[in-house]
Amino acid sequence: MKRLPLAALLAAFFIFLALTVSIRQAVLMGVGVGMGAALAGARFGFTTGWRQLIEQRNPQGVTGQVLLLALASLAALPLLGQFSELHAALGPPSVSLLIGAFVFGLTMQIADGCGSGTLYKAGLGVPLNMGILPLFALGSFLGSVHLDAWLSLGQTAPVSFSASLGTGGALALTLALLAAVLVAVRLWVGAGQTWFNKRWVWGAVALAVLATLNLLLAGQPWGVVYGFGLWAAKGAVALGLFDPTGNGFWSQAGNTQRLTQSVLMDVTTITNIGILGGALWVSAKSPADSKPLTTQQWVIGLVAGFVMGYSSRLAFGCNIGAMLSGISTGSLHGWIWVPMAFAGTLIGVRVRRHYQF
Amino acid sequence: MRKTQQLQAVFWLGLAAFLVWDFQVSAPVDLRNEPPLIAAGSGQASSGGHCSMAK
Repeated sequence: MKRLPLAALLAAFFIFLALTVSIRQAVLMGVGVGMGAALAGARFGFTTGWRQLIEQRNPQGVTGQVLLLALASLAALPLLGQFSELHAALGPPSVSLLIGAFVFGLTMQIADGCGSGTLYKAGLGVPLNMGILPLFALGSFLGSVHLDAWLSLGQTAPVSFSASLGTGGALALTLALLAAVLVAVRLWVGAGQTWFNKRWVWGAVALAVLATLNLLLAGQPWGVVYGFGLWAAKGAVALGLFDPTGNGFWSQAGNTQRLTQSVLMDVTTITNIGILGGALWVSAKSPADSKPLTTQQWVIGLVAGFVMGYSSRLAFGCNIGAMLSGISTGSLHGWIWVPMAFAGTLIGVRVRRHYQF
Repeated sequence: MRKTQQLQAVFWLGLAAFLVWDFQVSAPVDLRNEPPLIAAGSGQASSGGHCSMAK
């Protein structure tokens, strides 16, 4: 489909949301479209950036991600200090987080896309990612169903840098840790590397602006995984396969309420739909190129996508909800997520290579 | 139609069907209780779901 009719469809959906759901949800869908266009237009792949760092000692993707984290933190932490209505993405440090982030980092390399990566690549029309998306949703739902059991293995209360150190202290600590990441990258890649690439830089700036808009409008940071789990949960309830009243996570008041409401009222759902739409719009002019997969690669990729969805709930988010939103809003869990996911990725790139993806 | 385009059609039709079904079976939207356009400064704490939530 060409860009003009796609833009007309997105505009019609915007008007439908504004008239039948809320103006905020319509505008958030527009923010999601921007996110999808930025992710797909810049090919801003968190998974690819990590893989290029490991396999080619190419720091450009990770530099772009650090830039995104720094810009988003510079905006989010002062806003959280200023407006009491806004929430940080605070996940509890826990055994669940350690295992979940490690497994997520491993499987995202096999599936060739994290939460946002799966979304924008599905929007671009990459067959494996289109196949993974419903399985990711199912895995995310099952992860949330089992979350209480995982948390019983050990957890502490969420840690907010802003609450402990104040806004200035949280910002200083976050920027210092990001600088430490760049030092570690420099030690790994050695001298003489090109650090900046226009594509990663403009992607980082655009995504930081859009993530800040998401925080200001929705009152909560950008997230992906919750919406997926909600879709599968609603399907499971409708089919009579799941009783939320007996579950630790879905029996909580907020979650129970969202199960009865249209998913169009859910913040993460609406930005997810927007991301798909924005990526589809980009694909009209620059379609994705993907090589055909063997049956074995399809099976491994789909299983990885399901496990990735499951582990994303254990890890309290993906590269967006835990890494970007966690770190930029001063949550310790984001800083635990990154090294665990990177450790998983070190294995994931080998598995990926073994199966010749 | 190429196989990828067929898959794309199935994917988007499936998503659209899910959204239409969900909108039909869910509780009606209360437009009088619409959330503020901008949460920041609205005086209303956000209550949306997020993947960082343990509960």
